[in-house]
Amino acid sequence: MENNIQKELKVSALENGTVIDHIPSDRLFTAIRILNLDGSPNPVYFGTNMNSQKYGSKGIIKISGRYFGREEINKIALVAPTATLIEIKDYKVVSKYDVETPSEVQSFVKCFNPKCITNHQAVPTKFKVFTDANGVLKLRCHYCEKTTTQENMVFQ
Amino acid sequence: MKNRSLISINDYSKEEYLKVLDIAEDFEENPRQKILENHVIATLFFEPSTRTRLSFESAISQLGGKIIGFTDASSSSVSKGETLMDTVKTVANYSDLIVMRHPLDGSARWASEVAGVPIINAGDGANQHPTQCLLDMYSIRKTQGTLENIHIAFVGDLKYGRTVHSLVIAMSQFNATFHLVSPEELKLPSVIKKYIKDAGLNYYQYTDIENVMDKVDILYMTRIQRERFADPIEYERVKNSYILKNDMLENSKSNMRILHPLPRVNEIEEAVDKNPKAYYFQQARNGVYVREALIALILGLK
Repeated sequence: MENNIQKELKVSALENGTVIDHIPSDRLFTAIRILNLDGSPNPVYFGTNMNSQKYGSKGIIKISGRYFGREEINKIALVAPTATLIEIKDYKVVSKYDVETPSEVQSFVKCFNPKCITNHQAVPTKFKVFTDANGVLKLRCHYCEKTTTQENMVFQ
Repeated sequence: MKNRSLISINDYSKEEYLKVLDIAEDFEENPRQKILENHVIATLFFEPSTRTRLSFESAISQLGGKIIGFTDASSSSVSKGETLMDTVKTVANYSDLIVMRHPLDGSARWASEVAGVPIINAGDGANQHPTQCLLDMYSIRKTQGTLENIHIAFVGDLKYGRTVHSLVIAMSQFNATFHLVSPEELKLPSVIKKYIKDAGLNYYQYTDIENVMDKVDILYMTRIQRERFADPIEYERVKNSYILKNDMLENSKSNMRILHPLPRVNEIEEAVDKNPKAYYFQQARNGVYVREALIALILGLK
């Protein structure tokens, strides 16, 4: 009970909108940037370094009055594969699902290869997403065929 | 293959490569066939590559085609700041097919998406140079009678060598065994080794070229460039150990042939040129037949 009250106090409940939960604490601001929330006209609430039973620590974003397409929200799987999406209507949870890693990403990640055409001319980036033998998520550039690893991802 | 661009060695299936090689054999028998008389082909060399350009232009000329284009970017509208997209779209209005060479990785793929005519990639930066790979395969099949079950050694710069990477990937489809000879700092990257592993094939790594001499059917030599070494002393130490000399070939198999993508600097002594196992100049000639075949197939003329 006490726990619930604390939660209520930390971030106010949404009437309508989207909650993105279980974002790794250190990826919260990157997730905000990927979803372009810094330019959003809607009220946006966020918190990070919050207690999580599942992960120890987590970040959370609440966006009032806005819903996302699956494809759009799956973009954040690149940095926050553990994220959960909750859609709220009239204070009630109407759907809840985990983000899924997309098989292809377009336009919002920069290619790590400085000699790639996408870094020199107005060519939208395009990558195939794959996991290597060690389960590490990587992007393979459709143009230069070079690999960009998670730690080298820069978002446009 | 009609109207399809060739950008990367992964674009074509094994059957399609073999088709190109079969048609190339016809052109070797009869290289001057006037099948391109009603065609215009553009050769756009955004960076100079005399050898590759002349090989393509020879192939087009022997088929009776007309050539338009430029030999380096400074003599074209690129120097006025035109984008690659605009250049390619414009030239596509004037030609049936574009052969292009460009210093940036991925440039040929991008061009193929905007041009509206097929593109043959004649080298995009450090990325791909698929016609070199096709002519290497043609040369292997020509000298060994088959592409299957070949023992092939790659010698020199296996880390940055674009031709090495493409040929390893291609030969992984033909049950090859790979013998990789390089200095420690220029070993084959793991992303390329993955193709060998995924095909369930074996590779062996060496630092000494003598270790592979009696084992292989093909000895694929490459140039080691000084600028690849952070430490110039390290370059001085290794450079002489990868120079091929006639006496090193004494124990090699009788069917063994030496390939090299050229240009050679000093990694094969000139005395080796007279050795019947030297095949690198014929290899360059084979490039013309392979390019004739590829152009004919893409234009639907074969």
